[in-house]
Amino acid sequence: MRRRVVPYFLLGPGAAWLLLFFVVPLYYLAELSLNGGVFGSYEFDWHWANYSDALSLYDTQFIRSFVYAGLATLFALLLAYPLAYTIAFKAGRWRNLFLFAVVAPFFTTYLIRTLAWETILSDQSPVVSVLDTLGLAPEGHVLATGGAVIAGLTYNFLPFMVLPIYASLERIDVRLIEAGKDLYASASQTFFRVTLPLSAPGVVAGTLLTFIPASGDYVNAQFLGSASNQMIGNVIQSLYLKQSDYPAAAALSFVLMAAILILVLIYIRFAGSESLMGEEAV
Amino acid sequence: MSGGGAWRWLREHAVQIIGVLVVLYMLIPIVVIFAFSFNDPAGRYNFTWVGFTLDHWSNAFGIPELNEALLTSLKLAVLATLISTVIGTLMAMALVRYEFFGRRAANFLIVIPMATPEVVMGSALLSFFLILGTFSLGFQTLLIAHVMFCISFVVVVVRSRLIGFDRNLEEAAKDLGASPFTTFRLVTLPLIMPGIFGAAMLAFALSIDDFVISNFNSGTTVTFPLYIFGAAQRGIPVEVNVIAMILFFFTCAAMGFATWQQRRAEKMTSVRPEQEVGVGAGVPAGAPAAT
Repeated sequence: MRRRVVPYFLLGPGAAWLLLFFVVPLYYLAELSLNGGVFGSYEFDWHWANYSDALSLYDTQFIRSFVYAGLATLFALLLAYPLAYTIAFKAGRWRNLFLFAVVAPFFTTYLIRTLAWETILSDQSPVVSVLDTLGLAPEGHVLATGGAVIAGLTYNFLPFMVLPIYASLERIDVRLIEAGKDLYASASQTFFRVTLPLSAPGVVAGTLLTFIPASGDYVNAQFLGSASNQMIGNVIQSLYLKQSDYPAAAALSFVLMAAILILVLIYIRFAGSESLMGEEAV
Repeated sequence: MSGGGAWRWLREHAVQIIGVLVVLYMLIPIVVIFAFSFNDPAGRYNFTWVGFTLDHWSNAFGIPELNEALLTSLKLAVLATLISTVIGTLMAMALVRYEFFGRRAANFLIVIPMATPEVVMGSALLSFFLILGTFSLGFQTLLIAHVMFCISFVVVVVRSRLIGFDRNLEEAAKDLGASPFTTFRLVTLPLIMPGIFGAAMLAFALSIDDFVISNFNSGTTVTFPLYIFGAAQRGIPVEVNVIAMILFFFTCAAMGFATWQQRRAEKMTSVRPEQEVGVGAGVPAGAPAAT
């Protein structure tokens, strides 16, 4: 009999904290998003117009957020996979040093890292003049363009892509890869038929861990972009903290959350859910 | 034909070369931050290299507002880490050790905050605080928020350690007459300590680095990231780079310590009779595949 209540005691404090300070606030956010009126006298009156206004006024920022986040996720995947593969199979005794280098950026503050990119991509920087001679920096500058924002997002969320892919590659039984070679598969056949499918859970987890924070981010667009590169996070932040238009900001937050949820569900349907939830259900 | 060998070497090592390049790319900003902590900028903006100076390192704690922000961040991170690590570890124990009604819901409750963009969590919490009106925005709301977003990560890290746990060790302690609490204190806790320590480090890093959620719920309290954000408009003092690097080296040292702890714990678990040779467990990883 005692054993039955033990898990609830253990679970209690944390579950209460998450319910009270994560789930309940979402309810308040929903309520606020249906408030009408003007600042100082917002009132709940099922004001659905907040939603239609949010979508019609800020549809460009929404689309831009998902395009930027999507591209950043793609670039992060292209960079992260070879790195994770190197760490898992080729690094040998350097493995821990590599892993350290992957998490090292986390040890410097997110904002300072982004500001460092502002320095690196500024017009006077040698990096930009190299890009310019290669024809990759139109009119000689990179900063305050969509490219800079995407580059910043790619950089900042790269470790979230590397670590899950590494974890899934590391778990692969090397004998399976050797079996592929023994059965006369070429190196690339072995990779595409054995290694890549076995690392799919890591790729799915990594893309989600990159895409979700990137689509809601406003730091990179703030420091590396211009007024025409604003993402939906910038709009929510400014409506909430500068213009005090809480209902509109709340409606936008909800639409963002719903849009991400739908995209993620579609993605998981295609990518296979067992790779994601299977781990969690252990 | 003389270049053929070099070309082949490049082709065979292409993946490693890309891997090393990506690692270097990840380290570029750290090098830039470090280099610019020795810069002697002409104006207020620390964006172009002017000249080398150690002034800012000797004056690292010479800006009162910056010190105060840093102190707030440290206090916040320590408290958020302690609270989230304790309640997160308890949750992980419940989820791994017990089969109970509502387990799936609890798992879901833990995953969903990690899948929510920070800007949504930040604005939801602010709505909650504003409408409720019982909490005045400041240190306490920051602490509530930081504990909230740290819990899930603590649970995930500690749980992964618990899953690989050999329950026989606890059984042995019980057979030798230890009470459940003594077993937990002398057997379970030391063995999962590296996991708990890792989780605490992660929570600390998440808290001290958080900007977005803090931006919404800080009121007039200023943390280190919020100070940087505010200062970015008027030009960031070089001392910020210095303090960022001090934090960096401090975290590296803590990481080194954690790794050392983990190795010790692994040695502890490996000092016991060879486990029975089961199916699949007996074949060494490097064994050649049968042809």
